[in-house]
Amino acid sequence: MSILIDNNTKILTQGMTGNTGSFHTNQGLAYYGTKMVGGIHPKKGGTMWQADNGTELPIFATVAEGKEKTGATASVVYVPPAGAAAAIEEAIDAEIPLIVCITEGVPVLDMVRVKAKLAKSKSRLIGPNCPGVITANECKIGIMPGSIFKKGNVGIVSRSGTLTYEAVFQTTQVGLGQTTAVGIGGDPVKGTEFIDMLEMFLADDETKSIIMIGEIGGSAEEDAAQFLIDEAKKGRKKPMVGFIAGRTAPKGRTMGHAGAIVSGGKGDAESKIAAMEAAGIRVSPSPARLGTTMIEVLKG
Amino acid sequence: MNIHEYQAKAVLKSFGAPVAEGVPVLTLDDVQKAVDSLPGPLWVVKSQIHAGGRGKGKFVESEAGEKGGVRLAFTKEDVLTNAKQMLGHHLVTAQTSASGKQVNRLYIEDGADIDRELYLSILVDRESGKVAFVVSTEGGMDIEAVAHDTPEKIMTLPVDGGVTEDDASKLCDALKLEGTARTDGMKLFPILYKAFTEKDMAMLEVNPLIVMENGHLRVLDAKVSFDGNALFRHPDIIELRDKTEEDEKEIEASEWDLAYIALDGTIGCMVNGAGLAMATMDIIKLYGEEPANFCDVGGGAGKEKVAAAFKIIMKDPNVKGILVNIFGGIMKCDVIAEGVIAAVKETNLAVPLVVRLEGTNVELGKKIIADSGLNVISADDLDDAAQKIVNAVRG
Repeated sequence: MSILIDNNTKILTQGMTGNTGSFHTNQGLAYYGTKMVGGIHPKKGGTMWQADNGTELPIFATVAEGKEKTGATASVVYVPPAGAAAAIEEAIDAEIPLIVCITEGVPVLDMVRVKAKLAKSKSRLIGPNCPGVITANECKIGIMPGSIFKKGNVGIVSRSGTLTYEAVFQTTQVGLGQTTAVGIGGDPVKGTEFIDMLEMFLADDETKSIIMIGEIGGSAEEDAAQFLIDEAKKGRKKPMVGFIAGRTAPKGRTMGHAGAIVSGGKGDAESKIAAMEAAGIRVSPSPARLGTTMIEVLKG
Repeated sequence: MNIHEYQAKAVLKSFGAPVAEGVPVLTLDDVQKAVDSLPGPLWVVKSQIHAGGRGKGKFVESEAGEKGGVRLAFTKEDVLTNAKQMLGHHLVTAQTSASGKQVNRLYIEDGADIDRELYLSILVDRESGKVAFVVSTEGGMDIEAVAHDTPEKIMTLPVDGGVTEDDASKLCDALKLEGTARTDGMKLFPILYKAFTEKDMAMLEVNPLIVMENGHLRVLDAKVSFDGNALFRHPDIIELRDKTEEDEKEIEASEWDLAYIALDGTIGCMVNGAGLAMATMDIIKLYGEEPANFCDVGGGAGKEKVAAAFKIIMKDPNVKGILVNIFGGIMKCDVIAEGVIAAVKETNLAVPLVVRLEGTNVELGKKIIADSGLNVISADDLDDAAQKIVNAVRG
């Protein structure tokens, strides 16, 4: 088992004909034969796209048509910021179960509109501004480097892309490996929060421990900590290691990620770390010791 | 992106919000004309800088007088005297650095007779993912202090796609608006929401919103910032940018599409990814030193961009050492290595440099650095890198 995606997941690429979409569709195909089944382009429907390994994939004019013809269960969005929200909305209308939006720089009010639509839909959105999802040795959606993964039993969820890589790399180095790694994205308004992913990891038999990486801004980490406390009372609990980026960030400045800002007296690192520790998470002060800290936690 | 108060008021006025008559001035020569065009008998001279707390601020220069950054004037001569004292001088507020910000623009405004001061802001509420109003009867004060001391005096109201009659009514109740003020409020709240959403604002803060002695509402101060990601659809807003309010290095970085923020420490950082960039700052602090900057070169940086980032970091005279930390998923380590080597040669780098590379083509990247013959310290992981740069700057 794993969460969100496995070797049966069939993926459409929205924005496949651009450089980024093209590159990462190739990378997906190269990762344990991830089932990339087609692409979407409003003007190039009916044509074929040639992958580096010789595979030919059909391009469809609409997501609905692509889903009907391929049986796609997921889509990945590489469409530039101005059109990204519309691309997500099209995938929601086509009732794609899992939509992963990689695009960075989507206007926040566009995401407010998307979020309202998602609430009434059958779709789950991961992102935007995220690195995507990988289930080790099975399926890769997005831009994470597949080479650092190793099949194992740690579930990883993070707001930051490169810190997800650190957690993956370090758990590979210490020999634990991963079930699934999910980057939920660095924007203030996004499709999926920590709680949704923690719920899935708690329910997944193969996932034996969890690494959660947060950052300054908002209160998603505090909400997740409360969720974990409530679940632990019901007897659902797994060993966890955490990290919060941005302890040294100045107040009122946006730190690269649109969502990483301490404002209005909320969202600072210290309160997040305190909440996570209260929920039984071992919070590492160093981003370089996520793997070794997990080994310590597992030894008890 | 932030704009000045007078610009914010002009935007809000264009949507029909009630603001006072006022004239922005950039030079002393313009003051007389500005004051003559306003009716009096009371004028307000307001410093225009991108920082709050202006009223309670204090000028650095003694010739600016003891009074703050917002001053009342009862005669036209008074306006001129105050303008002379303020323009060109440095105002220190709770939100500026200790050296303050130079006041290059003033806003001369018609005074108002205030009965009550209220607080109103609109923002995107992250928890609900909706646009929300935040209101309080405790206007004119630092809202963070109100939130801390008397949270029951603040109401947050998320709205769904527009301000309904019911929403507006709730806001009026929370602000205890009655009679004329209530009629004004029912009109004003939808206007502010429209301005917020149509212009892709990140935050709209009216503090204070006042009830005047004649019972009408007025936007007395306005602070607006815009969602940088949405500026592509608002060329009129981009026009309002005042680059003199921004750090020179940050402007240059934005031209290279680099996320750079100047800080006070001594170790310059160049990192890919915002999370890893913050974590790199944190680990420097963990080992007892302070970062000189936040710098995220992004996921797809090429050789030129890396070199540009390097040069911007080196412009900070406080930098005593540089830490490059790259986890190349998409970025290839050999490309980064080449960019770093080129930049080191071009800038004649005289401070210690520690490079930590990981990910795609890492061996090739490390070899390029080792073979360069330059004095670059290679690190194996983030812990190692942080310790090495901290030791290096301590000599």
